[in-house]
Amino acid sequence: MSADLATAASLPGRRRAPRKPSAATRWKLRGPLLPALAIVILLTQIPLLVTLYYSLFSQNLLRPGSTEFVGLDNYAKVFTDGLFRNAVLNTVVLTAGTVLFSIICGTALAVLLDKKFFGRSIVRTLLITPFLVMPTAAALLWKTSMFNAVFGMLNWVLSPFGVEDLDWVSQFPMASVILVLTWQWTPFMMLIVLAGLQSQSPEVLEAAKVDGAGGWATFWQITMPHLRQFIELAILLGSIFIVQTFDAIFMITQGGPGQATTNLPYFIYQQTFRAFDVGESAAAGVIVVVATIVIATFALRVISRLFREEG
Amino acid sequence: MSVSHLAPASPRPATRRDTGSGTGGAGTGQPRRRRRRFGSPWLALLAWAVGLIVFFPVLWMFLTGFKQESQASTDPPTFFFEPTLEQYRAILGRDFGPYFLNSLSATLISTALVIVLGTPAAYALSLAKIPRWRDSLFFFISTRMMPVVAIILPLYIIAKNLNLLDNVTMLALVYTVMNLPIAVWMIRSFLIEIPSEVLEAARVDGASRTTEMRRIILPMIAPGLAATALICFIFAWNEFFFAVSLTATQAPTVPVFLVGFITSEGLFWARLSAASTMAALPVILAGWAAQKWLVRGLSLGAVK
Repeated sequence: MSADLATAASLPGRRRAPRKPSAATRWKLRGPLLPALAIVILLTQIPLLVTLYYSLFSQNLLRPGSTEFVGLDNYAKVFTDGLFRNAVLNTVVLTAGTVLFSIICGTALAVLLDKKFFGRSIVRTLLITPFLVMPTAAALLWKTSMFNAVFGMLNWVLSPFGVEDLDWVSQFPMASVILVLTWQWTPFMMLIVLAGLQSQSPEVLEAAKVDGAGGWATFWQITMPHLRQFIELAILLGSIFIVQTFDAIFMITQGGPGQATTNLPYFIYQQTFRAFDVGESAAAGVIVVVATIVIATFALRVISRLFREEG
Repeated sequence: MSVSHLAPASPRPATRRDTGSGTGGAGTGQPRRRRRRFGSPWLALLAWAVGLIVFFPVLWMFLTGFKQESQASTDPPTFFFEPTLEQYRAILGRDFGPYFLNSLSATLISTALVIVLGTPAAYALSLAKIPRWRDSLFFFISTRMMPVVAIILPLYIIAKNLNLLDNVTMLALVYTVMNLPIAVWMIRSFLIEIPSEVLEAARVDGASRTTEMRRIILPMIAPGLAATALICFIFAWNEFFFAVSLTATQAPTVPVFLVGFITSEGLFWARLSAASTMAALPVILAGWAAQKWLVRGLSLGAVK
């Protein structure tokens, strides 16, 4: 399944080899690749096929012997399930919100870090640290030390503005999770955009200055077009990682209050390990994979473009 | 000096501005006259302020770990206190050791496997020019993009049937597969930067593929391999979903240890902070050491 999207994405750039090596040579060349390929297929593609198979059966691990073939019933159930649709919506809000805020903050910080100032490398080190903190630890840290209604840092900082005892997690659960994730993912966006900024040729910038372009004009007309593919890459890779967010939900809200922050990974986890409803969770999993393939195909196109010159 | 500075053979534009990796912006290959030592002081002030705000929660976690419980939850917050090691002692006394060892072994085994399996694969996908390498390359990366929730149930059942449930080996295998695509792409990006003249010269001298690999390629990409290993270490150490789904009592890792604090939330803030600090510190240190290469790993080798 994943192989299909790989093929699709590589189509535009593919070239025929000038001469065909013999079968033996080809296998010899491929040899070093095979162990890695084998283990990846064994632990990702085969389980995926198993999931596909499960999704066609009604099965609950809590009731052994209840297995029966139901065709696409599980898919129908999942699609009409209000909780599933709620999880889809939450996932979209969570992912889009986090990606949007973190790319904006990340780009701004990258522009800042591209300038020269005293102690720049130390500031950069400080700025990337949130990405390195173990996500479970970060989630706990925010939940207890930052968001707490009485002792939380956030309320203390905001108290001059009249915010006194706001219970962030229960009153604004989704916003709280997005805030934590934005804090964690901004460095990721920042680093990629920064790499883009620093790969700009200084001659072009120099030439723009000679031609009398101001800083602002140079930024929008020269830097931004150059940055575009880096920003696209950051957004797409970020989306693929953030869609899978599990740690923060598990630790901060447990999907609640109610179902307010249950995203797809958490929903499927619950279906699988709390309800043991194998058929439906498998169907939900397959749907998520199909949806991801759509996003990932775009991502691969972008990466493929970045690699084009290497043919 | 890493391979990436052998500019002429690089497929990327050879003119590059300072990568900002040195202290205070000491880069390579930039004309001296363009460099002012320090920029505007206001800019520095702004940057430092933003940097400290973003870093503050981490600093706060670190500080709270050295407080008494009574100082950890006060309103207003306690900024000045006499540091104590009490919380660290309590955590270390409370069976933190096995969790740490599980994390360490799963992470180290998987990182070693990733490098051992990934280096030949990256070689095949770059220098060996196998037919249709693009397809294999994109196949690799597409496996990393697959949502792990979709395969957790089969993995759980397979692990159960093979008696590998709640087992460090299984966790290490899963982490290996999770990190292999990243590693292959990253190592590949180091390999294609080796100047082709170097390899041609070796071949003219009659070096076999093995000799070439051992004597020329591996020493040249050694820093890249180290960077790849560090980044795989970071991802594996922080991983939570597989750890919480596939382990129970025998092989739980450090993130799973932290879950135990949800139930006692609010009661042991200082202790929780000490535990979180210990959990996060290895990766923070590794990440600081590898920051020059972090972006390459994060962008799967697409951006250098």
